[in-house]
Amino acid sequence: MTIKTPNSFRNQPNESGHFGQFGGRYVAETLMPLILDLEAEYRKAKTDPSFQAEFDDLLEHYVGRPSPLYFAPRLTEELGGAQIWLKRDELNHTGAHKINNCVGQILLAIRMGKTRIIAETGAGQHGVATATVCARFGLPCVIFMGATDVARQAPNVFRMKLLGAEVVPVTAGAATLKDAMNEALRDWVANVHDTFYIIGTAAGPHPYPELVRDFQSVIGREARAQLLSRTGRLPDLLVASIGGGSNSIGLFHPFLDDPTVKMLGVEAAGHGLDKLHAASLAGGRPGILHGNKTYLLQDEDGQILEGHSISAGLDYPGIGPEHAWLKENGRVDYTSVTDTEALAGFQLLCRTEGIIPALEPAHAIAALQKVAPTMDKDAIIIANLCGRGDKDIFAVAEHLGVSL
Amino acid sequence: MTRLQSAFAKGHPALVCFVTAGDGPTPAILDALVEGGADVIELGMPFTDPMADGPAIQKANLRALAAGITTSTIFKLAAEFRVRHPEVPLVLMGYANPMITRGPQWFADQCADAGVDGVICVDIPPEEDGELGPYLREKGISLIRLATPTTDVARLPAVLDGSSGFLYYVSVAGITGKQSAALASIEEAVTRIKQTAQIPVAVGFGVRTPEQAGPIARVADGVVVGSAFIDLIAQHGDDAAGPVRELATALAGAVHSARKELA
Ligand SMILES: Cc1ncc(COP(=O)(O)O)c(C=O)c1O
Repeated sequence: MTIKTPNSFRNQPNESGHFGQFGGRYVAETLMPLILDLEAEYRKAKTDPSFQAEFDDLLEHYVGRPSPLYFAPRLTEELGGAQIWLKRDELNHTGAHKINNCVGQILLAIRMGKTRIIAETGAGQHGVATATVCARFGLPCVIFMGATDVARQAPNVFRMKLLGAEVVPVTAGAATLKDAMNEALRDWVANVHDTFYIIGTAAGPHPYPELVRDFQSVIGREARAQLLSRTGRLPDLLVASIGGGSNSIGLFHPFLDDPTVKMLGVEAAGHGLDKLHAASLAGGRPGILHGNKTYLLQDEDGQILEGHSISAGLDYPGIGPEHAWLKENGRVDYTSVTDTEALAGFQLLCRTEGIIPALEPAHAIAALQKVAPTMDKDAIIIANLCGRGDKDIFAVAEHLGVSL
Repeated sequence: MTRLQSAFAKGHPALVCFVTAGDGPTPAILDALVEGGADVIELGMPFTDPMADGPAIQKANLRALAAGITTSTIFKLAAEFRVRHPEVPLVLMGYANPMITRGPQWFADQCADAGVDGVICVDIPPEEDGELGPYLREKGISLIRLATPTTDVARLPAVLDGSSGFLYYVSVAGITGKQSAALASIEEAVTRIKQTAQIPVAVGFGVRTPEQAGPIARVADGVVVGSAFIDLIAQHGDDAAGPVRELATALAGAVHSARKELA
């Protein structure tokens, strides 16, 4: 297969919202006018210095950015290969990278005169981040969450309620993230006149994959500047976990045109790629769901399969369309790690660095265990530590056979 | 004239009936709809993630999938229907992924072979027409698009471009099975749309009873009823054909005679 290398990997999507054959706007007619409005408003916001200034100000003083870029000496030593640096987005307000995107989207919602916010959530991190910005700006907030996830992420459900959000448990389908997204879309169609849908990952109909990426790219821009100023050089490898793909694209995008920087996206292999898993790139094929064309876990008739991961935040049968494109053109490598490997990565980071990661970035740590030892000692890896583990300690205890 | 054109040229408004393929005894249900007086049949292709549907049709989708419906069975149901009812137009309605998963050409070929007259795809707007539209048109199969209360005058021509058979006006901004729109707003919208549309306009979403369908048929070229049939099938299961025939008969009575009462 010959791949035509584009001049730049950073100028997608095209005018119709496609990343190569992926992306697009596959939505019901009711939503189409709104999606077009959103795109027009986003174009204006992007070139409006006051929008950018307000976004930057909130990221600095409310979210706590820039997040540190931390050299992890004991993890590096333990793995015995490349230097490992961690981008500490788990130190953000609300404990994950999700808030970066929520700040951007709520500013857009306000610009568009919308007065009600809805969102879907899996692990609950995006739900918490959305509820947080809604409280901050005084807007009513409804969070759709699969009933299965409501049960396994009880602390986050309580957080959302404390923040004033209404949490709607979704019992349709398997009652996880994809069903929550269906239900959010149903609510949105019925309430387009006043409602803004804050999508939590770099997926959905155009312009969401683009705008979520842009808001999350603060991660990669900071990391690039931080590493350059500390070491005078660019990293050799970036590693990030992938649910829908927002923390990873946020880290990767600012580096896509630096040819010496390799990138590795880590999907959730669940019980194993030949069993139940959530690795859409490894185990899926292109299709259309939730407004975009991308790799999906599906059967031969195009019926969507349920994902499985120990991490509720990775448990989604699709992936953002830009990743589908970056896989096909070969710019980014993708791998997957199992639940068991992620648990080992989780414990490794706790033990070596005194940092309890969320189960999502624990997948990135597990991937480091495989790649770092194969690299030179002077090579540099940046891994995205996109969330902290407070929300996961109950789930981890259960898997380790500890009763709390 | 195509079968769809004939269905809207009978001198009375058309009754369009939606049921989900594989939910209940589909062949008997389709026959019951025709016997009751349905002018157009919409056969729903079940999907695991029916984002534009309310609880009733969502459950019907999942029941049908649990009962083992597949795309090839749907085409078999359609082909057999065509043999039994050579004149009644059959339209497949569903979501993009099951339609394009083996390639749009495959889907269009299958539709043509099975005698399917039209396709409604909920989540392929005009902007993404290339995904399916050209393949259907090439085979002479109507692409039937949806217009909604959010489709304004400026956008309507784009929706109509490349579509044929009829235009499906979704009377409420929302999902299937929910409340019906006020008659006045339907009348206003249909009148506005008919100034641009060269094809018949059928109105659906939230229409359940002859009492609702009749007044809509006075202003629209057709009335679409779905969730009310789905509810009957959920209730009666294998024995649904009888109740379905009764409801279709009552709806057809109201829809077909709507303009006579007016005259
Ligand atoms: C901490 C954390 N990381 C990663 C993810 C996965 O999402 P994404 O791939 O969009 O970063 C989630 C989702 O809930 C999350 O909470």
